[in-house]
Amino acid sequence: MYIVVIGGGRVGYYLTRELLDEGHEILVIEKNAALCNTLNDEMGSICVNGDGCEAATLAEVGTGRADMLIAVTGDDEDNLVACQVAKHKFKVPRTIARIRNPQNEFLFKKLGVDVTVSTTNIIMEHIAEEVPTHPLTHLFSFREKGLEIVEVKMPAQAATVGKSVEELSLPEESKLVLIIPREGKPYVPYSGNVIHAGDHIIAVTVPESEVKLRTALLGS
Amino acid sequence: MKKVLIMGCGRVGAWLAGLLDADGYQVTVLDIDATSFRRLPSDFKGTALVGNGLDQGTLKKAGIEELDAFVAATQGDNRNVMAAQIARHIFNVPRVICRIYDPLRQEIYQTLGIEAISPTTVFAQLLKERLEREEPK
Repeated sequence: MYIVVIGGGRVGYYLTRELLDEGHEILVIEKNAALCNTLNDEMGSICVNGDGCEAATLAEVGTGRADMLIAVTGDDEDNLVACQVAKHKFKVPRTIARIRNPQNEFLFKKLGVDVTVSTTNIIMEHIAEEVPTHPLTHLFSFREKGLEIVEVKMPAQAATVGKSVEELSLPEESKLVLIIPREGKPYVPYSGNVIHAGDHIIAVTVPESEVKLRTALLGS
Repeated sequence: MKKVLIMGCGRVGAWLAGLLDADGYQVTVLDIDATSFRRLPSDFKGTALVGNGLDQGTLKKAGIEELDAFVAATQGDNRNVMAAQIARHIFNVPRVICRIYDPLRQEIYQTLGIEAISPTTVFAQLLKERLEREEPK
């Protein structure tokens, strides 16, 4: 694939190295001439010194034939504009933007950026997995379908411990898909199964019903 | 009274704020640097707010949900164009205008439905017309 990378900072540097290793054709656009020289010295002539948001620069590096454009500068606004120019002026089939402010995820999607990667969100998700005070953990989201897979670890003091699955008043849009008990094998929940303390319950839900699901499972 | 939010209190932003304020608009000016508010006229009756116009929380504080118009006039083309798109697509502000120095970028965003003015092309055109006119005696 021919991939244009905007931004040759730390993220751009390692990303480029990995992509080259995978055998892709890579071109980096970087504003800072010194950074540009480092990249060129180390990886061959792969970096052009210029502004990746400018249509002229993008034309110069043949963005019209690019399969993908990845914008990884440290500024959300620059990444947005680079992706939009690539998409609308050069018809690049796939654009990926790094974002700093997680609030921008929705905006970028709405404005046609195909994929957004938010380091803040990724770290937040890891924290949520590690910290026990968040009883409901996001495992995965199907953004196109508007569904997510979440996990709840049953605390011993939950009012629902000892009740059967059919006694839980689950919201209609949420389904329990798997129970991983503290000991023994995982099983697909059936109406008669009893909830035990320490069970990991995996459920599919729409984000809007998350609070209801949490209440139904934890009983408070 | 029409409510206008101006992002960027540089020479243009501050001058526009003064003009609109004098005409009775309810003006709020937003800038990340408080010292830039020195450019506002001394009799300015509007609000000056320190904050980042790309942050949706800040924009809400600046009253973006009740605006009649939003103007993006910071030094950065990309900042302006992103703020303009937040105002248009997230907060549905009825009138959004932004400044884009780069003529090519201005053209692209114009076709994407963002009302954008390029001072570069406007001023170059103005200079050309002046040059073609006879020198005033």
